[in-house]
Amino acid sequence: MAVAAEAVADAQVFEHRRGFARRWYRTPSFVGGVSILGLIVLAALAAPLITNHGPTSQDLLHTLQGPSSSHWLGTDDLGRDVWSRLVYGARTDLKVAFLAVLFPFAIGTLLGLVSGYYGGWIDAAVNWLVNVVVAFPFYVLIIALVFALGSGTRNIYIAITIVGWVSYTRIIRGEVLVAKRRDYVLAAKSGGLSDARILFRHLLPNVVTQAIVFACSDIVLDILAIVTLGYLGLGVQPPTPDWGRMIADGQTYLTTHWELSTVPGIAVVFTALGLSLLADGLADLLRPE
Amino acid sequence: MPESLLELDGLHVHYELRGNLGRRVRRQEAEVLRAVDGVDLRIAKGETLGLVGESGCGKSTLGRAIVGLCDPTAGSVRYLGETLTARRERARRRRIQMVFQDPYSSLNPRMSVRQTLAELLRAHRMVPKQAVEARCRELLELVGLGPRALDAHPRQFSGGQRQRIAIARALALEPELLIADEPVSALDVSVQATVLNLLEDLREKLGLTMLLIAHNMAVVRHVADRVAVMYLGRIVEEAPTDELFTNPRHPYTQGLLRAVPRLVPGRVSETAGVVGDPPSPIHLPTGCRFHPRCPIAQEPLCSTEDPALAKGPIAGHSAACHFAWTERPAAHVPEVIEETS
Amino acid sequence: MSEPLLRVRDLQVEFRLSGGTLRAVDSASFEVGRGETLGLVGESGSGKTVALRAVVGLLPRTARITAGTVEIDGTDVTAAGEDRRRALRGTTVAMIFQEPMTALNPVMRVGDQIAEEPMVRLGQTRRNARTTALELMRLVGIPDPRRRADAYPHELSGGLRQRVMIAIALSGNPKLLLCDEPTTALDVTIQDQILKLLQRLQHELGLALVFVSHDLAVIAQTCQRLAVMYAGQVVETGAVADVFREPRHPYTLGLLRSVPDFDVVRAQLAAIGGAPPDLAAPPHGCRFHPRCPFVQNDCLDGGIPLFDVGPGRAARCLHHDEAAADARREPVIANA
Repeated sequence: MAVAAEAVADAQVFEHRRGFARRWYRTPSFVGGVSILGLIVLAALAAPLITNHGPTSQDLLHTLQGPSSSHWLGTDDLGRDVWSRLVYGARTDLKVAFLAVLFPFAIGTLLGLVSGYYGGWIDAAVNWLVNVVVAFPFYVLIIALVFALGSGTRNIYIAITIVGWVSYTRIIRGEVLVAKRRDYVLAAKSGGLSDARILFRHLLPNVVTQAIVFACSDIVLDILAIVTLGYLGLGVQPPTPDWGRMIADGQTYLTTHWELSTVPGIAVVFTALGLSLLADGLADLLRPE
Repeated sequence: MPESLLELDGLHVHYELRGNLGRRVRRQEAEVLRAVDGVDLRIAKGETLGLVGESGCGKSTLGRAIVGLCDPTAGSVRYLGETLTARRERARRRRIQMVFQDPYSSLNPRMSVRQTLAELLRAHRMVPKQAVEARCRELLELVGLGPRALDAHPRQFSGGQRQRIAIARALALEPELLIADEPVSALDVSVQATVLNLLEDLREKLGLTMLLIAHNMAVVRHVADRVAVMYLGRIVEEAPTDELFTNPRHPYTQGLLRAVPRLVPGRVSETAGVVGDPPSPIHLPTGCRFHPRCPIAQEPLCSTEDPALAKGPIAGHSAACHFAWTERPAAHVPEVIEETS
Repeated sequence: MSEPLLRVRDLQVEFRLSGGTLRAVDSASFEVGRGETLGLVGESGSGKTVALRAVVGLLPRTARITAGTVEIDGTDVTAAGEDRRRALRGTTVAMIFQEPMTALNPVMRVGDQIAEEPMVRLGQTRRNARTTALELMRLVGIPDPRRRADAYPHELSGGLRQRVMIAIALSGNPKLLLCDEPTTALDVTIQDQILKLLQRLQHELGLALVFVSHDLAVIAQTCQRLAVMYAGQVVETGAVADVFREPRHPYTLGLLRSVPDFDVVRAQLAAIGGAPPDLAAPPHGCRFHPRCPFVQNDCLDGGIPLFDVGPGRAARCLHHDEAAADARREPVIANA
């Protein structure tokens, strides 16, 4: 009878904290990150619409020209439109970086889940592997791997995956070690739910946010890696436009036409800035309460 | 003699502490935390047993061993005669369910109430697929929440409401034994009453057997038929509720009851119910575990011989003290105070 | 009648939030005389902790005292500057907290922490301060003080840490001790030890005490008078014995009836239906009216003031006789 009375009084379920959907526009870092990134992504997607020359079409009669109405940022040593190469380069680099993050994210998260939850020899084995990979500096290992495997986008993915899964595993494993002691996980266990269900339905959604935030800053690292590889001639192969390549190609003309190297460099910085702000903003917003 | 639903025989749950480097170098044995150190217990069908004790006594670990979240190091947990370990099948898990202490971490924050309940109903095929939604509503109604709660997430509820959802979840599998591990400790006073009343109602309505783990003696007095008092991994006294509260025989129980603050205002005695700090479960005292803090401990008996839980003349009342049923020695200053002043 | 040591009048504390302001405390008034003990009772959201922290000036940066006055030993601390407040903290008024682990410095030995105040504020030499610290440790019942003084907080048990915190609080010779749920996180037997220690200290040192708790039994044991808070307001004050025997506010009555009492086993605990209001949008009129069994039409208009309902007693209720009559009909306490 007391229970019934409370049912009436308690009928209202009160809404007391706004979720993600209502808070995002109030987080400056998130808004900043999305704006900058959004601009770059939009430009990359709209590439054909905002350029009037192809990125690879050479014009040997008009090499190394300064900005003009026809070529907004001038031309490079082969007469190619710098603006167009910049925008199409964004397409290439962003796409590669995004895909390159996906594999380490997936593999690393899975390994982190399993090793954190089960412990024992699985955990010991994974930890050992982590320590081995982590012993090498990130860039050195990637460059060495691409050098060994040969250049090209496919090998970039392979190299980055081999090196990059480690961070995700560590993050996820750490979160799982804490989360698996939470009462709701214990409740799921005592309720007889399968391990798979617990891992993917109870643990994963509650531990993955840190990994997502890290992924955003990881993309920055990957973009830098790809650009570095391009600069070294090991990454994306010509004629596909790539910021790294552009920086390398423009190096010879640093004293006369500094914009050839600097402009793509600034583009990299901007993209990195946008991604970092986004990572910051997401970290704030994705906290469950 | 009513049938025993649950039987614990010589139950031990020990945790080996990871030895530090110093110990390894000296080749010493790793230290052992004896959370539960030899418990015999029977719970009869339909009764509510209150398990009380302070932090470190092992009552929560005991609850987890029963529900299958940790493995006994020795001894057994038997349910209707069948031995259960932590690796039990789904069908066995249904029978014993648990309500946890902290309403803020006992529900998955990323799942709606409906998802939380339906998941269990489906995993155990409690009702046919079409009936899952209706059953979810029924479960919520049982605990006094309306159907609108189904779509909501835990963060939208107060502590008391979350605890009710946790109870609904525990009941989804239609268990026979419900273990409530400090179900109201984290709640406001006025809300505690709601949840306690609910548990009482449900017990009657569904014929549940309940193990109520609590540190609040007043709560236990209201709800339990029998009470067992734990200290450092063992049961030191066990009796029907009224008998325990009016005629405690173990010095720890006596001290514990004296220590409970009462609503009757005014000055109470100046001396504390139990003095000293509880010893660590890693370095247990010799003989009777309570003897350093005991006002009637006698040398050399109490520091060398560990009293077993012995039945007394009163039915259903046992206590683990050399002097539980004999003439009490005179009170004196307990050892723990003597040795350090 | 001597000047009260602490006088809080119409205190109002507001928090600045992203969505607006939240009034956590709304016109709270209470007094404590020299050597007296006052309990501040309430559940979560009642504002009792915020009120206590406002008294000693320990509010978080997002909170401000927006109205009312706090007088400590004759000084109006709300008007005075931070320097004046800081001078009072530790010497005239000291505070102990719920969680000793967070209130103690984890990298400083406890003996040094206790000696800090005498050395820094009272100007004692290191050796004298050390002696003072050992004396204080003996006073609060820490066994083997000489050895324990060199320990770090994490090496001590919860009860010992709480005693250390009390010793630190007493090191400045305060006249008023503010206690913010100091025993809530402790086991029953340790809580008992600490409460009896506080009682003894209060007797021996003539301390005045303000004790915040949600546990009515603890308040009953520790305090002579109490103030009940609900939704940021003080809703009832009076001597503990009087209030328990004849509560004059329906919330107090409901609270007393819902607590499982050790001595009186009631068939069913009477719970208070509903939930505490959202302080961002409190109900019109009496804040308790949505949950009140005696509610009438006039309870919904306007703010309800604190009425004098007897010598030293006040209640914020238009129909305070109802609660009292109900309590007389069915006594709350066995033999109050």
